[in-house]
Amino acid sequence: MERIGPVSAGASSPKEASAPGANASDLLAALLKRSGRGDKAAFAELYDATSARVYGLAVRVVRDPAQAEEVAQEAYLEIWRGSARFDDTRGSAIAWILTIVHRKAVDRVRSAEASSRRDTTYQQKNTTVEHDTTADAAHASMEAHRVRSALTSLTAVQREALELAYFGGYTHTEVATLLDLPVGTAKTRIRDGLIRLRDTMGVPA
Amino acid sequence: MSEIHPLSGAYAIDALDDVERARFERHLTECDDCLAEVQSLREAAGVLPESTAVAPPASLRDRVLADIDAVRPLPPAVTVVPLRPRRRVAALVAVAAALVAIGGVGATVWHPWSDESSETDLSATQRVLLAPDAETLTEELGDGATVKFTRSGSLNQAVVRVEGMAPAGPDRVYQLWLQHGNEMVSAGLMQPGADQLVLLDGDPSSASAFGITREPAGGSTKPTRPPVSLIELEQT
Repeated sequence: MERIGPVSAGASSPKEASAPGANASDLLAALLKRSGRGDKAAFAELYDATSARVYGLAVRVVRDPAQAEEVAQEAYLEIWRGSARFDDTRGSAIAWILTIVHRKAVDRVRSAEASSRRDTTYQQKNTTVEHDTTADAAHASMEAHRVRSALTSLTAVQREALELAYFGGYTHTEVATLLDLPVGTAKTRIRDGLIRLRDTMGVPA
Repeated sequence: MSEIHPLSGAYAIDALDDVERARFERHLTECDDCLAEVQSLREAAGVLPESTAVAPPASLRDRVLADIDAVRPLPPAVTVVPLRPRRRVAALVAVAAALVAIGGVGATVWHPWSDESSETDLSATQRVLLAPDAETLTEELGDGATVKFTRSGSLNQAVVRVEGMAPAGPDRVYQLWLQHGNEMVSAGLMQPGADQLVLLDGDPSSASAFGITREPAGGSTKPTRPPVSLIELEQT
């Protein structure tokens, strides 16, 4: 399994490098708010600012690019529908968006497993993944740097458990089994890893 | 805080199985510490996709923007106002009674889904389910629960069948809604229990969406929480 790697320098887009941190976060929140009033232009802008992270996450979890596109498409529709319900006092716009995407992606891999257990044929469509990240990819070099240092702050075992759960879409019990850990250990590593990530990134606790 | 508290991290990144998830969500309704922690851990997890960003094919943008053309964003959550008397019990009984005359059509096809359903309700709901123009829309909720919304335009009635719903939580109830224009109109409350079959109040034919929210016991006049389930409808 691929590791949660540091963000490569090449992934940064100069176009968005100028809008890091809090400003970018305020911008997304404002775009969501406008979307909630039915402003499609604002939503298109929101899409442009987030689609590489959204699609990249979907691809990473579900693997199949065609299915990842479906996941992203469904997620964006849900984001549009729920945009007026986003509450910026409870978290950032990007976390809210990615929570929706992650949930949809995990649902997709789990229901795919459920249907393959029922012997349903699952037709794998193959589309080439474009690794050319131009749109919002790693939207700011400063941000990428913060993420990189935050990720290196995790212990190896925290990182391992966290990536299996987050990118692998496994439950903490499955993670424990995969890593030959006693049940209960994986959930602790996942939580500790997230807490360390949170504290390193300076996310309000 | 409790022994369930350490599940906050796994919950925040969707790493609980359905049973744990339902338990934890019940816990969240009464533990503000956990709720705050989940929110902060979701913020933290939100940085992980920085490392996996990949530009999607350009066609995705077109499809997403075409999708939203046909859909109106949900109204914002608003403050709770006391519930007005609402259930059209008399009308419901009359409809159910009328349908008894039509008889137990398809009784061998449809399971008795719920012990709570009275026989007359079952007939009324069966009538909707078996209507020639019945259309069913299904939503799989993330926790393994299923919501099936069946509507008959000719009867102007709708039935919702849920399976495997997590408990609504203490002093909470699942409330059903039909969206008309900018308004969400209550279509009734669900009985407690994982598997339910409910005949909706209201006017489903002209509704643009069906939703379920978790509301304070007794229900609300307007949704106060984000929907647990939301199904878009075409107006007939």
